[in-house]
Amino acid sequence: MRRAIFFVPLGLLLLFLGAVGWRLANPPDTRIVSHLVGRPLPVFMLPAALPGRDGVSARADGPRLVNFFASWCVPCIGEAPLLGRLKDEGVAIDGIAVRDRPEDIARFLARYGDPYRAIGADGDSRAQMLLGSSGVPETYVVDRRGIIRLHHVGPVEAADLTELRSALAAAR
Amino acid sequence: MIAEAGLAALWFAAMLAALQLALSLGAGGVEGRGLAAIRAVAIGQAVLTLAAFAALIALFVRSDMSVALVAENSHSEKPLLYRIAGAWGNHEGSMLLWVSVLALAGVAVALLERRLDARTLGATLGAQAALALGFFAFLLLASNPFARLDPAPLDGQGLNPLLQDPGLAFHPPTLYLGYVGLSVAFSLAVAALLSDEVGPALARAMRPWVLGAWIFLTLGITAGSYWAYYELGWGGWWFWDPVENASLMPWLAATALLHSVSVMANRGGLRAWTMMLALIAFSMSMVGTFLVRSGILTSVHAFAVDPQRGTFILALLALYVGGALALFAWRIGTVREGAPFDPVSREGALVANNLLLSVILGITFVGTLYPLAAEALTGDKLSVGPPYFNAAAGPIALILAALLLFAPQLRWRHDRRPLWPRLAPGALTAATALLATLLLAPQMALLPRLGLALGIGLVPASLLPLLSRSLRRTPLATFGMVIAHFGVAVALIGMASDSAFTEQKLVAARPGDTIEVGPWLVELRAIMPVAGPNWTALEADLRASRGGGVETLRPQSRSFTAPPTVTSESAIATLWNGQLYTVLGESAGDGRWQLRLWWKPFVTLIWLGGVLIALGGALALGGRAWLSRRRRLARAEADEAFA
Repeated sequence: MRRAIFFVPLGLLLLFLGAVGWRLANPPDTRIVSHLVGRPLPVFMLPAALPGRDGVSARADGPRLVNFFASWCVPCIGEAPLLGRLKDEGVAIDGIAVRDRPEDIARFLARYGDPYRAIGADGDSRAQMLLGSSGVPETYVVDRRGIIRLHHVGPVEAADLTELRSALAAAR
Repeated sequence: MIAEAGLAALWFAAMLAALQLALSLGAGGVEGRGLAAIRAVAIGQAVLTLAAFAALIALFVRSDMSVALVAENSHSEKPLLYRIAGAWGNHEGSMLLWVSVLALAGVAVALLERRLDARTLGATLGAQAALALGFFAFLLLASNPFARLDPAPLDGQGLNPLLQDPGLAFHPPTLYLGYVGLSVAFSLAVAALLSDEVGPALARAMRPWVLGAWIFLTLGITAGSYWAYYELGWGGWWFWDPVENASLMPWLAATALLHSVSVMANRGGLRAWTMMLALIAFSMSMVGTFLVRSGILTSVHAFAVDPQRGTFILALLALYVGGALALFAWRIGTVREGAPFDPVSREGALVANNLLLSVILGITFVGTLYPLAAEALTGDKLSVGPPYFNAAAGPIALILAALLLFAPQLRWRHDRRPLWPRLAPGALTAATALLATLLLAPQMALLPRLGLALGIGLVPASLLPLLSRSLRRTPLATFGMVIAHFGVAVALIGMASDSAFTEQKLVAARPGDTIEVGPWLVELRAIMPVAGPNWTALEADLRASRGGGVETLRPQSRSFTAPPTVTSESAIATLWNGQLYTVLGESAGDGRWQLRLWWKPFVTLIWLGGVLIALGGALALGGRAWLSRRRRLARAEADEAFA
């Protein structure tokens, strides 16, 4: 009896390992489903972020990607080549530069490639908040009638391309 | 080059840890020989680990953006203090800090521990090396702080603005010294179980290490609590957040251990229990690390949400804690028990202290993990918050405080003297205070009311152990105990006063408006823009008056550019009898601004109490160290006289 008691701590440890091991194997569902999916883009109109380029607005303008990015954002560097690949496939990508400076944007695009058809300047994050985005980078698929079809939070990775492509095909 | 040198230093340190383990498995642990070699290896390991840590700090100071960790967590425009502290404001850097403290603890044992026999010391250093090896592996294989980024970004992402505070410079290192310092008690217990040396001599060797770690843990938790209090702008000082609980659990275990190790050192009793607590305390540190690093529980501290890293630490935890507890279960049955004692005796009171602390530890543990267990078994998502913790742990803590009214005055073994004369001063003061609150503040809730009464009763009661002594001949350690228990009284009064008497106002005010909170009249004089090194802010100019006294407060709503975030910087006026706490919120749009105002009577006593508790620990540690040095010198002199 006295001996058995000494195994109690070990038993408690096993219970703890079981509970947290279960959680590690079954991560909680943290996907964010945006309430704006299926609704039209909220109305916004952003001036061009760089001289000689077009600005970005909510006007229905064919199927497109709307991509929030910034020159100060490290994950944005990672997704830049993938956006470039989509652009080469003929996808129209409108960039929205969040809280950024023209000279920094120009340097960023010169360095990591420029996949954008137009670039709007969102100096005070107002458009970002309108679209319910909480950080950079985030990407929206918008169909030809201006309705949001997909909201992707975080950098676009190679594994996400299929989902983006099929959403874009449905957006035509 | 600095990054590569740092990485190389880490690899060499890991190899030395492996060598240290091999040496003590061989000659060191079994025969007690080879200690000199083990010592040298431990020194080399600590020097290399600290060099790697210094290399990381140098990279942050130079803003070397080609290192991924720097680019993700720093920014060249950040003030120097936060560039340095930013080195541990992230997962990889803080794990490097963890390993550095582990190496420091190892070298401290190797150089300073003089009471242990050679076999147990060799085994202790082996256990310490085994712990270090696992965490080196975690750092090198799953959390390399020196990974390069190619091509390098133009500038970094910046540090989370909530962390851009002097608190970051002190809170994590202090807390880690405590967390990881407990590893020494763990290694000593493992070594003693291996070498069959579980007895008073081991307890006397273990006591200063537990005390040292516990002092830092106390300071770290106190500092973290105050940091959260002023930085988050929520006006609270403890939120029962899973990670706060993760630091509270090792503290509770270490506090229990501190008391039981003293029974074992003085009377030889509670051996099995003390060994178990020594294993549990550091295990709780590892559980805490695991909870923070795996992102398994949602918390303000969970900054590395990565199941793979979580699995790695869980495997380490299962290996070390499982191995140690299995060793405990297998070997402890052979340990002899110490001298018997009566229920009413100092041992009896310390057993009660330990049981109550363990119950609070159990309550915290269950509450922290209950949501997880509930979801695993039933699929229901729920959260456990302050209502559970306060209702469950509060009454136990009050019983503990009531015990403190007389327990420190009890004698070892058996105490047949009447209790009442010793109990009377504290009990009568507490009863008077209770009566006064019933008359003056009939609205108080039960827990704060009892807490306030007991806290006030403890003020004289905690000083009583000094009463019957000649102060000049009282050991420093006894003064330490008295001051620590006095700190408990002070903190308890602060907690009760804050939860019972705080007054709060949330208003939308125009410049020129005056708001009344508690005894204060606060006038919003103006809102104006100000700029700092890497932020701009709107600042409220508040003039608070009470009777003759006038205070000016300037709370800010700060906008950081890298990363773009808005934080509220509270402004706090500290007076002898409390704090006026002000936060500037958003603009209401029509020229009015949200203002949050609190008057918190005697809230500062909470942290003052925490500091006094740590100070008491430091006095006890210093006193014992001085005493044992004097004894050693006296013995050396006596030996010389005989020679």
